[in-house]
Amino acid sequence: MSYAIETLDLTRTFKKGKKKNNSKKPELIMALDKVNLTINPGELFGVLGPNGAGKTTLIKILATLLLPTSGTGLVDGIDVAKYPEKVRKKINMVSGGEHSGYGILTVRENLWMFSQLYGMQTKVALQRIDELLKLLGMEEYSRLKISKLSTGMRQKMNIIRGFVCDPQILFLDEPTLGLDVQISREVRKLIKSWVKEKKEKTVLLTTHYMAEADELCDRVAIINNGRVLACDSPSNLKTSLKQDSVFHIEVNLMLENLDRFNQIPGVRKFAYEHRPSTDRTDLKFILENDSYISAVTEAIGNNGSKILSLSKAEPSLEDVFVSLCGRGLEDENRD
Amino acid sequence: MKTEIKTNLKAIYGRAYVRLVGAHREPSWLVSEAVLPLLSTAAFVYVYKALKAPEEYTGFVILGGAMTAYWINVLWSMAAQFYWEKEMGNLQLYLVAPISRMAILLGMATGGFYMASTRAIFVFIIGSMIFKVNFAVISLGKLALIFFLTQIALYGLGMMFSSLFMLFGREAWHTTNLFQEPIYLLSGFFFPIKSLGMTIGLLASFVPLTLGLDGMRQLAFKGGKELGLLSVDLEIYGLAVLSVLFLIAAHYALIYMENMGKKEGRLTLRWQ
Repeated sequence: MSYAIETLDLTRTFKKGKKKNNSKKPELIMALDKVNLTINPGELFGVLGPNGAGKTTLIKILATLLLPTSGTGLVDGIDVAKYPEKVRKKINMVSGGEHSGYGILTVRENLWMFSQLYGMQTKVALQRIDELLKLLGMEEYSRLKISKLSTGMRQKMNIIRGFVCDPQILFLDEPTLGLDVQISREVRKLIKSWVKEKKEKTVLLTTHYMAEADELCDRVAIINNGRVLACDSPSNLKTSLKQDSVFHIEVNLMLENLDRFNQIPGVRKFAYEHRPSTDRTDLKFILENDSYISAVTEAIGNNGSKILSLSKAEPSLEDVFVSLCGRGLEDENRD
Repeated sequence: MKTEIKTNLKAIYGRAYVRLVGAHREPSWLVSEAVLPLLSTAAFVYVYKALKAPEEYTGFVILGGAMTAYWINVLWSMAAQFYWEKEMGNLQLYLVAPISRMAILLGMATGGFYMASTRAIFVFIIGSMIFKVNFAVISLGKLALIFFLTQIALYGLGMMFSSLFMLFGREAWHTTNLFQEPIYLLSGFFFPIKSLGMTIGLLASFVPLTLGLDGMRQLAFKGGKELGLLSVDLEIYGLAVLSVLFLIAAHYALIYMENMGKKEGRLTLRWQ
């Protein structure tokens, strides 16, 4: 079977700016470490991971913008490093937080201009642009110069740009990054409907929003430090935690010596997020079973903190991430 | 093959469109890029008038003043352009598209040429009218040929710079700055290049404007031939060679820099 996207031991390292200990060999950062993925045609596939996990590097390699250090990346069976020209005929890419386009042109003109890079007939392109603008509620902005658009509107325009040429495979790198709830929802709706309507189209989406991956993706690869830790459908990933007990606890204060929570018998994984504005801390525990929660609450009490709320939760993708990495996404982003 | 050519032609037009529109949509350029250069050009005219220089010098200066529009355009809107495109996030969109990279450069050059021409024509016509320039055109055909060869070679040079500066960060801006003023001197924008002597004149001929300006002055003004560096025919050959040379160099430089960027991961690295 031919995959829409396949990676075989895909590895990418970057040289670090400064050499350590005057060593002649430059220090290397492992952005991708032998990544093996297969994505089927028609699939909406998510790559989930914290900042710096290697998500963008993966997309850049597959979109022919970066060469792998070793391994192979195949798009529709074509080697991205050997035949980039052939790959480019099948793909398009949108990155979150893009400021692409030309301020002097209107929204419609910008979208038309980029459609010309794909050889689209003007009439077809403009018709498609108008449809997409309408779909994302941007008709009234179509004749406005993009220099006058808000960040959210500009990102919507970028999303439309990705869809105008109707690519076989679309790479979306953090498409809802920095967008408000309403716009993010509209963008997700567009992505979902596009894949649903056009069965043969494939989307590779990277995100660090768990809910986004959960809502959109047929399958998700969880990636951290350049390694794929798990790859399955969101429901299967969550089911893998079913035999465990997931507890969310809110406490006042920032707890000290947090590592000791990992040493409590029955605690499989533990993660936290401190909110300085309210001086409260959210704790997440994955326990072998419910009976271990008393030991946890006791340890919190011994610390001088007060439990503000405690709930047993259905496992989420976030919990899957905690269980795989031993820390939450927020912890990673804070680093 | 036919589809590919069509796609690339559309890409050229698409990229050129930004500048075609830009030339008209914000008329404030008229002040900054046409009226102000006309003032500095006028200053040179008055210097020559005060020195009672031969009449043709007025025409030399007006022509040079008009041609500065192309040089500035090549430097700021060609050579440094990929740097700006990278900062804006457009470069990666061009590189992901199924087109030749040369199509993007050609689009930039076509649009840039149009944009600069609107400024150059303004300076040339208004300057000629104000200072009553007398033309004595020997061969209109050769004049047109030398003008267009100059443009092809000049924009070829811009495309080559653009490719070479592809991976540059802010230094692209500084390097461009470095080129601007010396070329005004070396290409003889406001005086006959012969005044610098044959050796410097020949060395400066690697910048297409040197031969182009010299050739056009020889063909358009009385007394131009006596002040010329080389024969017009030789200058035409020289410009033809430079045109081919720069376009080929731009093509290979682009491939080389893109590959290097993909290897080092600097192709889309912003805020350098």
